This record gives sequence, structure tokens and C-alpha cells, in this order.
Amino acid sequence: MKLLTHNFLSSAFLKNVKIGYPLTLKVTSAEVHLQIVESEFDPDFTKRMLTKVEFPALVDAAKAVATVKPIEIPTEKPADWEQNETFLNQVYRLLNCVDVTAGELVCPETRRVFSIRDGIPNMLANEDEVD
Amino acid sequence: MSRPEHSGPPELFYNETESRKYSSNSHIIQIQYEMSQRALELLALPEGEKCLLLDVGCGSGLSGEILGDNGHTWVGMDISQDMLNVAKEDNDCDGELVLQDMGAGCPFRPGVFDGAISISALQWLCHANSKKENPKQRLLQFFQTLYGCLSRGSRAVFQFYPENTDQSEFIMAQANQAGFNGGLVVDFPNSAKAKKVYLVLMTGGMQRLPSAILHEGQNHDAVTNSERTRWNKGGPRNAKPQKGSRAWIEAKKGRMERQGKEVRPTTKYTGRRRKHAI
Repeated sequence: MKLLTHNFLSSAFLKNVKIGYPLTLKVTSAEVHLQIVESEFDPDFTKRMLTKVEFPALVDAAKAVATVKPIEIPTEKPADWEQNETFLNQVYRLLNCVDVTAGELVCPETRRVFSIRDGIPNMLANEDEVD
Repeated sequence: MSRPEHSGPPELFYNETESRKYSSNSHIIQIQYEMSQRALELLALPEGEKCLLLDVGCGSGLSGEILGDNGHTWVGMDISQDMLNVAKEDNDCDGELVLQDMGAGCPFRPGVFDGAISISALQWLCHANSKKENPKQRLLQFFQTLYGCLSRGSRAVFQFYPENTDQSEFIMAQANQAGFNGGLVVDFPNSAKAKKVYLVLMTGGMQRLPSAILHEGQNHDAVTNSERTRWNKGGPRNAKPQKGSRAWIEAKKGRMERQGKEVRPTTKYTGRRRKHAI
């Protein structure tokens, strides 16, 4: 699971959960494909995704993967983010090149744990947990 | 045609062997590609723009491959772990995968996707696989959460196989209740095999429903079923020549000759009637 997906996932489908975002990420193992970055870095893609991404959640996710592979990222979106090539490059690495293969996602409201195995987050819930 | 959704829940039906069979069958692959292509067309995404799409019931990522080939980023959602494993093993699969039951809802935050497609998945939701499951409620929950995670003005296209008109009306009613408008687009309505039903749902505002393909062109996506072909068994072409005719005599002489028997040569008198009785 890439951090891009983590940024979009929410547990709002669970019963009595209002926002369910952001899911707390706990990483036990992750693969980092940094070698592909230099050739495939796509500023347009990054800009487009940055309009959708919740930046504070991405910063938290970056902290979670820092135990495996630290990637620097400023705590706040710089004012000139659309032109800032180094910032876009950092964000691209974070969103696209870190693949969390094992870990957990925790719902911020109910503390329900969703496991990540083989890079696939398991969001299945029992019928009585869903409304 | 037997319907797999009658046989049990999808996560059990698409087990390891079935997933592999499904993803290596060239007939299925071909049809899935064509339907995904058409669904993408029906999404009517802005020209030249690369979008973030959701693939509901992505399975082994056959439909997602089309999305990826067209430059879009996609996230796939499926209930079968085995299908997702097949997708994961496939190195070409560039999408992200999430294990989730569509009837429980889409696990995404509001407004992130520019569109959603679903190929041959929706009919699975119309069946209850346990006493607790209520198809109506599950469909509604699915459409409501899907509506939430789509951005305004975007579309969702579902290709599915309705059993009858009641079923498609049932699905439409839930979609309307969730706030979608739109309707069915039926391609090749007059063909039993090539007929494909697409449910095109739109968020916000009245938009024009795309038009269906009414006449079968060369690119129709049904393969003739060889089991159903009736071979021409006794037509005039294969009929035996009439007994006593020249053709019959020649055939018989040829047969005897091949058996190594002594046969009189064929001349202009062969097979002629004698003028008078001797």
C-alpha cells in the first residue's frame, strides 16, 4: 500500500464513526523503490495529487514510515509549492515510492484495527460493525 | 447461462483456482478489456486529463490495466483476497489494492475520486449470502458511500448482468435514493450474446446520458460458441449421388479401383443406357 492510498482511506463506513480520518498508520515492514524516482518523477502528477491530499495526514504517515526509511518533508506545505521542485520531489517519493507491505491501520474513533498484509490493507468488517 | 452469484458469496467463489482460471482465460480477458474500454468511454473524463479513479470489484486487475494504460491512477477494491493476490503477482498491475466488501461501503474520505468503474460486479450485491444480509440495505450503503467519495460532477459506470428488469430497477432505485441520477445504457440491445448493460450514474446536475451502440459492428465482443454450432449433416452438398446415375457409377468405380480391383476404363459410354434390348 502506497502512502497515497493511506491518505484517501477512511473508516467512516463503520457504525457510529463520523469522520474516521486519518487512520493511524503503524508500519512493520515497507519496501522503498527510490531508484525509480529519478527517472519517473512526474511534477504534474504530484501537483494534481497535492490538491487532493490532506497534507497533515501525509506528514503523520511520513513519520510512521521513518522507522523504515526516513524521507524528509516539511511539516507544512510551502507557499510556493507549485514551483518548488525539491518539495514536489519529496512528496512524489513519499506518495509513490514507499510501499507498506505489512502493518496496521487504526481507526481514530473506535480503535478498530485493520491489518495490512502483502501490501493489501484489509478493510473487511463484520456485519454488526457496519451500519 | 449459469450465474456464479447464485452459487455463493464472491469471496468463496473466487478462490485460488477460480481466480487463476478467470485471469488466464483469454476469452474472459478479451471481453473484460473491451467492457472496461467502453466503461472508460462512458465516464466521459475531461480530454487529456489524468484522473484518479476507483475500480469497484477490480478482481485480478484486468479492468484496471485499461485505466493504467490510459494514464490514470487507480485504486481497486475487491472482496476476494485470492483475486487480489493474482493482481499483486502481476507486475504490470500499477494500481493500488484494497480488500473490502462493496456492500459494507467504500472506505475512502469524501470527494477524492474523479470517477468510478465497475465491471461485472454489481449483480453480486443483489443476493443475500446470510440471514443477516439485506441486499437492499447493502446496495444503498454502497451507493451512499460511493456518492460520498466521488467528487462533484463526476460519474460512476457499472457494467453488470441483470437477471431481469426487476433487478435493474431495484438497483436503480437504490442509486437514486443515494442521490445519483442517470440510467441504463444498453449496447447491442438486439443481440442476445453481445448485449451489454451499463449503469451510468452521475453526481450533481443534469447531464446528458451517453448514447448506446445500437448496431453490431465488427468489434462486437461475443465469441461464437462452438458447442452451439449445428453442423450441416444431410444438406444437398453432402448428399449421395442418385443410384444408377453417372456420378454414382464413377464414384463406385473409383472406390473399386482404390481397392485394387479390375475396373473398366471410364469412357463416353459409361453410364449410358443401351439403345435397344439385345
